[in-house]
Amino acid sequence: MRTIRLIVLLVILVLTSACSSIEPWVKPYERDRLADPIMAFERDPVSAAYIHHVYESREGARGATGSAGGGCGCN
Amino acid sequence: MARQEARAGAAAVTENRQMMRARLLLFLVVLALAAFETARAGVLPEDRSDVLYHSYNGDGVEITGPSVLFRKRFLDDFSFSANYYVDMVTSASIDVRATASPYEEERTEYSVGVDYLHHDTLFGVGYTNSEENDYSANTAYLGISQDVFGGMTTISLGYSRAWDEVRRNGDPGFMAEIDRQSYRLGVTQILSKNWLVGGNVEVITDEGFLNNPYRSVRYADTGSPIGYSYQPEVYPNTRTSSAVAFRSKYYLPFRAALDFGYRFFSDTWEIVAHTAMIGYVQPIGNWTYEISLRYYTQTGAEFYSDLFPTEDFQNFLARDKELSTYDSQTAHVGASYEFMNNGWRFIDRGQISFHYEYIQFQYDDFRDVTAGGPVGQEPLFEFDADVFQFFVSFWY
Repeated sequence: MRTIRLIVLLVILVLTSACSSIEPWVKPYERDRLADPIMAFERDPVSAAYIHHVYESREGARGATGSAGGGCGCN
Repeated sequence: MARQEARAGAAAVTENRQMMRARLLLFLVVLALAAFETARAGVLPEDRSDVLYHSYNGDGVEITGPSVLFRKRFLDDFSFSANYYVDMVTSASIDVRATASPYEEERTEYSVGVDYLHHDTLFGVGYTNSEENDYSANTAYLGISQDVFGGMTTISLGYSRAWDEVRRNGDPGFMAEIDRQSYRLGVTQILSKNWLVGGNVEVITDEGFLNNPYRSVRYADTGSPIGYSYQPEVYPNTRTSSAVAFRSKYYLPFRAALDFGYRFFSDTWEIVAHTAMIGYVQPIGNWTYEISLRYYTQTGAEFYSDLFPTEDFQNFLARDKELSTYDSQTAHVGASYEFMNNGWRFIDRGQISFHYEYIQFQYDDFRDVTAGGPVGQEPLFEFDADVFQFFVSFWY
């Protein structure tokens, strides 16, 4: 329940910050560096999915890796 | 009387609050149509295909196989993806060496997904099926990503549900199920022209047969010539875990990127884990080099023990080293080479990539019974693993 509250709080925080008077300070034409492939959190999805699977199969922790995931059949 | 009314009023308020919470949760679930957090909203994922060969070798376990990923846009606003993945396993791991015979098996996984882009909103649905001779897993996922704040913030919500079937070779009468649900929230935020950060929260609940039908725990047994005996492990039927992760990516002035990540994990089995990583990407000409270090540490589950004092010592019993207390370190290097930059026929460009990961595991309370020694004082177990990936990618 605490985690759900945290999620709700995060959503509200982000939504309200989006509605406030603060203007987006990085204009679309200033985002060329951010669009560079080297700035992607996961540049190659096929490789990222594999390495997440390698770790998830051998570690107690799981989740929040940023990928949708699937059944890994690794219990 | 007034007190009774006040109580009734308070109960109604509590009930109202519970209803509101339930509605809020329902609202979140409806929104939480499982995320494609890796994709930036406002843009469909790139059209590309990858053919990957993977190899894992560590602790007497060798796992190799292909992974083929295909992605293509259609009808302007849709993108279709399909993945075929195989694990070919030859296993003589420490558990197998201690209590069983080496075995071979194969796991095949098929995934399909469709993304739909509407203005700044990306919707995604998908389905994955994984089959082994003694395990089947089916997962359906839904997701939504929305760009807000002039495209500086991307919010992703996701929900997935999995139905697993656990079987046991040599025991046709055994069949058990697992029902798994996952809720995800992701936020990506542009902080400056050079700085991108992301946060992810994921809650996963499992219900069903969560242990391994082959694995055993050991307990001290003076009646046994080796001083201990084995009995099947017993896990709780439920597990709920929460993970919160943070990522940061910074563009350096000379076209390179610095990556940092941290994840905190805890679950109802009392496992607490921390994961930290730091990485660096450097393109030089047609080549892109990367290097990263990862550190992982966890505390063991409350019902884990390397050696229980007696048989049936408690309700739940585990001796899976993945539920023990341990640390792990990874060093990773990767190199990619881009070719056909001017395109060829329908192909825009191609890339060949190679990645190598060296992983070390050191266990704090899992002992190597094959090494011998006084019962409960055998050397602590540790092992190294080599992980290779080689893949070819095409964009079109």
